[in-house]
Amino acid sequence: MRRIISILLENEAGALCRVAGLFSARAYNIESLTVAPTEDPSVSRLTLVTGGSDEIIEQITKQLNKLVDVIKLMDLSESQHIERELMLVKVSAAGTAREELKRLVDIFRGRIIDVTNTIYVIELTGTSEKLDAFVNGLDRKLIVEVVRSGVSGIARGEKSLRI
Amino acid sequence: MLEVTEKFRGAEIFVRCLKDEGVDYIFGYPGGAVLHIYDALYKQDAVKHILVRHEQGATHAADGYARATGRPGVVLVTSGPGVTNTITGIATAYMDSIPLVVFTGQVPTHLIGNDAFQEVDAIGITRPCVKHNFLVENVNDLASVIKKAFYIATTGRPGPVVVDIPKDVTADLAEYHYPETVEMRSYKPVTKGHPGQIKKAVALILAAKRAMIYTGGGIVLDNAAGELIEFTRHLGYPITNTLMGLGAYPGTDPQFIGMLGMHGTYEANMAMHHCDVLIAIGARFDDRVTGDLKHFCPEAKIVHIDVDPSSIAKNVPVAVPIVGGAGSVLRDLIKALHESGAKPDQGVLAAWWGQIKEWQSVDCLRYDRTTEVIKPQYVIEQLYELSGGDAYITSDVGQHQMWAAQFYKFDQPRRWINSGGLGTMGFGLPAALGVQVAFPDHLVACITGEASLVMCIQELSTCLQYGLPIKIINLNNRYMGMVRQWQEFFYDRRYSHSYMDALPDFIKLAESFGHVGMRIEKTGSVRPALKEALGMKERLVLMDFITDQTENVYPMIAAGKGHHEMHLSPERELA
Ligand SMILES: Cc1ncc(C[n+]2csc(CCOP(=O)(O)OP(=O)(O)O)c2C)c(N)n1
Repeated sequence: MRRIISILLENEAGALCRVAGLFSARAYNIESLTVAPTEDPSVSRLTLVTGGSDEIIEQITKQLNKLVDVIKLMDLSESQHIERELMLVKVSAAGTAREELKRLVDIFRGRIIDVTNTIYVIELTGTSEKLDAFVNGLDRKLIVEVVRSGVSGIARGEKSLRI
Repeated sequence: MLEVTEKFRGAEIFVRCLKDEGVDYIFGYPGGAVLHIYDALYKQDAVKHILVRHEQGATHAADGYARATGRPGVVLVTSGPGVTNTITGIATAYMDSIPLVVFTGQVPTHLIGNDAFQEVDAIGITRPCVKHNFLVENVNDLASVIKKAFYIATTGRPGPVVVDIPKDVTADLAEYHYPETVEMRSYKPVTKGHPGQIKKAVALILAAKRAMIYTGGGIVLDNAAGELIEFTRHLGYPITNTLMGLGAYPGTDPQFIGMLGMHGTYEANMAMHHCDVLIAIGARFDDRVTGDLKHFCPEAKIVHIDVDPSSIAKNVPVAVPIVGGAGSVLRDLIKALHESGAKPDQGVLAAWWGQIKEWQSVDCLRYDRTTEVIKPQYVIEQLYELSGGDAYITSDVGQHQMWAAQFYKFDQPRRWINSGGLGTMGFGLPAALGVQVAFPDHLVACITGEASLVMCIQELSTCLQYGLPIKIINLNNRYMGMVRQWQEFFYDRRYSHSYMDALPDFIKLAESFGHVGMRIEKTGSVRPALKEALGMKERLVLMDFITDQTENVYPMIAAGKGHHEMHLSPERELA
């Protein structure tokens, strides 16, 4: 099953390598991984999307907790949460395709953030599913580049991950 | 007014830290990146340095020292090849959760990443086999990083920690202050078991009809042998130890039914298979212990006590998990058992012991005692008798290691020192060196095979330099015996590259290093030769026992089989 794990990590050189290395050494898969410092610059927050049976997920969270640089973590998928991913798509937009693309962007509540005679750059946020749907809705031939940030997530309501 | 505080060079700070940490010995090998440190070592005598002959030897020696004393082993090596040579030793310690602090020299900070002479990414290359590692980028951090390194290495589930120190940091000046305590928000090992879980465990333990206690290296590491003995005697249940746990419960005690696992005793493995409650403490259900998981303890509810949560429920489902130190949890369990006032049903327990006695009567470790050619098991039995069971025994990897585990009965923890997890050939001699440094007046014997012994043979030189009178018991079968055994069983006797051709003359080899060499070729000479060698209290003696070439280790569970599918020797296969 797909899981989203949020991790608070010491913002130190090599800390990210320890997390990534753990996944490769133990043959766990990483679907996506995002990381950036938090409001406290000594702490990074990492969001990791992985998958596996309940037993594997249990091992993954235990092994992550064992890393000396990991301060705290939370399996977001255990309760109600919000997840968002940012995508930038560069498409060829010439002639009649321009209108068509504009309509699609509106339907998905995206924004066109750069325009030339032949190119649109589209920005879209949402769940990974929504982004997938948008990409699938595009005419393949028009896609020049797709950049996705990977998933960020946060728990709903009172529940929070903080030190 | 201007306050003048004294400043020290990084190298001096380094040495002061070790002294304040209570380090008496370090094992090392010099080189360019650590020359400032070696200069600082030269100017003092509180921290003694043992010069090994290969950095692998330094890590195994420090590891042996740590296993025997319970204190962290300390290593100092130079950058580049100095670091890469330590990897096997660090991985060995990591697999067996041994506290080591390994200091590696690094090229100066401004050259890092520049492919400088003798530069390797020590942090990157050691990451997968350390508990943690640090690069010291500023001399002002040196003391606090060293303090953290010792703290991390020795607490929770212990393990090796690498501290990489660039050369310029050892030259820079700073004030010296060694922190008294460590506070890390990201590292807080749990030591005390959850009271609710303790209660549940007690109920399950007391209700057992066929209980089994299975303990591993965690008891040794946590110095919890006393608690384990009290707990086990109070209950009257049978107990087995893993290869790493031998000695944690006295090997001569009637409740001890031998080691379990691939070459464990028939009775221990059968009792595992038939038990209804399994109490696992400081053991990690390794594949060499469990055999095929599909057949593992099919009837048992499992209580698993471990300081490392990730060891629990990793391989087998657990009914009552308890995260905590072995000693602390055992003390709580003993207290709760006393408070409950209850004891296991003695009639039911007697029936269980009746069954176990029946399995014991198979006498699974029996071997032919009538031969003139030396049986390796006999050598170990004789060593056991002549040393009064009181020696420190190190070992390498192979048949000799299994025979040592089966035939030397350890009554105390920290006496049996072997590479269980990684299975590192070459461990035995340097590990013995480290043990003998810690206990100069005690008998230290290394039970080895001729293939393993030569892997770190250069350390004979170190032993001479420091006058370490180790007794090397070389069980020389002219084969990589364990490999040969597998080839005999599973590859139709195709002995591919397992014959030890062109072996050295071990007597001359010992003599050329300044030691005593002996060759023993007949059963009748084993005992007198051992007596003679043990009598040479000041000398290292390499005893080359020419043993039966085709002897196999029994009993055995083949890979992929269950505990109930043990093989005894072929003449006496069970029905
Ligand atoms: C460094 C290393 N290389 C290879 C092995 C694989 N291996 C395990 S046992 C063994 C043979 C050991 O032979 P010897 O030391 O003579 O002991 P014996 O089995 O004959 O008692 C080998 C090659 C290992 N454990 N370690």
